[in-house]
Amino acid sequence: MIKLEKINMIFGEGTVNHNHVLKDVDLKINRGDFITIIGSNGAGKTTLYNVISGNKKPTAGRVIINDKDVTSHPEYRRAKYIGRIFQDPLLGTAGNMSIIDNMQVSGKKGFKGLKISLNKAKRDYFRGQLERLDMELEQRMNDNVGMLSGGQRQALTLLMMSLSRPELVLLDEHTAALDPRNAGKVLELTSRFIQEYNFTVMMITHNMQQAIDYGNRLIMMDEGRIIIDISGKEKQNLTVERLVKKFHDIRKKEFTSDEALLS
Amino acid sequence: MIEGIIVEGLIYGILALGVFITFRVLDFPDLTVDGTFPMGAAVMAICLTGGMNMGLALIVSFLCGFAAGTVTAVIHNKLGVPGLLAGILTMTMLWSVNIRILGGRANLPLLRTNTILTRVEDLFGSIAGETAALLVFFIVVVLVIKLLLDLFFHTDLGLTMGAMGDNEQMVISQGVNPEMVKIIGVGLSNGLVAVSGAFAAQYQGFADVNLGQGIVVSGLAMVMLGEFLFSSNKIGLLTTRVILGAIIYKAIMFFGRYYGYYINLTPNDLKLITGVLIIVCLVVTKYRTKSFKFRRPGK
Repeated sequence: MIKLEKINMIFGEGTVNHNHVLKDVDLKINRGDFITIIGSNGAGKTTLYNVISGNKKPTAGRVIINDKDVTSHPEYRRAKYIGRIFQDPLLGTAGNMSIIDNMQVSGKKGFKGLKISLNKAKRDYFRGQLERLDMELEQRMNDNVGMLSGGQRQALTLLMMSLSRPELVLLDEHTAALDPRNAGKVLELTSRFIQEYNFTVMMITHNMQQAIDYGNRLIMMDEGRIIIDISGKEKQNLTVERLVKKFHDIRKKEFTSDEALLS
Repeated sequence: MIEGIIVEGLIYGILALGVFITFRVLDFPDLTVDGTFPMGAAVMAICLTGGMNMGLALIVSFLCGFAAGTVTAVIHNKLGVPGLLAGILTMTMLWSVNIRILGGRANLPLLRTNTILTRVEDLFGSIAGETAALLVFFIVVVLVIKLLLDLFFHTDLGLTMGAMGDNEQMVISQGVNPEMVKIIGVGLSNGLVAVSGAFAAQYQGFADVNLGQGIVVSGLAMVMLGEFLFSSNKIGLLTTRVILGAIIYKAIMFFGRYYGYYINLTPNDLKLITGVLIIVCLVVTKYRTKSFKFRRPGK
């Protein structure tokens, strides 16, 4: 469905700040995949997302969505296929607008015309959807999103993203900025929506156990390369110890991110 | 006196609505306004002296303002220039354009020309007196513009524009080209400003290329004064607030002009007063942030 071919990303080429962030990355994302991505800081995970979503144009290589080369398409055009949730809960919603208006804006992808489509039926539909979050947001539909907590905002973003039915969902450590209770709640909602809508998902996480528990495929990145890509039975039988050993065998060095091991 | 203040407030209220769209909704500090206000005046004046249909002349003024706003937005989008600089560029260029529009003059009197306002005075002046006729006329005009604007911000495009100033990433994520939203928003804003300039020229009886000097600051002061009245996230109340702010601003300026001489103020000091007013607004807002936390509109 989505293919990355020999993606290279170099920042500050030819300067002292030369930084080769992605090196010959090839990746094929199949429909229905739930890929967890793990890797230490600076491995290129977020840059990979930026290349897929169109936020950054790769220095070399091609991005193909549904057999169409979209490498030069700007982010807003690709957004029709892609739903991305950022680590920062503020990025997914507009804080100075009411919950209902936020849902209306994100209800349909693509250019918005001069139609007033927020009617009674739509309101009822949005109310029903908000009830599913179990956060009593349905009673605060006319409140500004800026008044919600980070967890509520991220849950709302998740709901809005789901309702727009993207073909690919990119989760960029979307629970990392939340307190543990809210993080658990948002994560639970995430896996519920993913199952319900059969989304194709990529999820970056810092937590190794989480990367192993969720999804049907696991990718580990290091220094701009995909070094591990396992799925199927091997993924099911994976443990943290096996993953660390595998990393060690491949890279001939210790996996250093303590945070990933301990958390 | 009070009618005069309200009429002026309503005329400049249209300007303030334009400034509100860029500064508050889009979060795009647009200085083009200093050029589009006299542009609206110039286009209206030249159309009227040329004998064009008055309603049509007003529409032409709006479209010229819209086009000027588009230029700013395109400079900003395509060349990656900061919004402030893009606005200053267009504003500076407009000064020359406006002189061209006026046929190589910097000033065009309208005293012997039939305008929309003289027409209103002729038609209704005998019933209620000329001042009252103008007052009612402007109340209706501003109300219509305000309601149309409210309606616009309830459309899908309007809502998206509301999200734009707060969170451009969200707009992009919805598959909307943010450049397009900016072009439409800045264009709409400057169209309104030009309409305001067109009425101002008719009201004052002349169009002048220097009419717009510092007008964006006045517009901003009006918006900020309005924000002291009440806080809300309903667009209907937000636009009402802007118009009330414009009337209050005009009242302050009026008293500055008439009673200012007690403390040796001259009309030349009004710009200083406007600037100080804005600074006072900023300071007060800063220390009242708690109750004004949700002050920033954009619904």
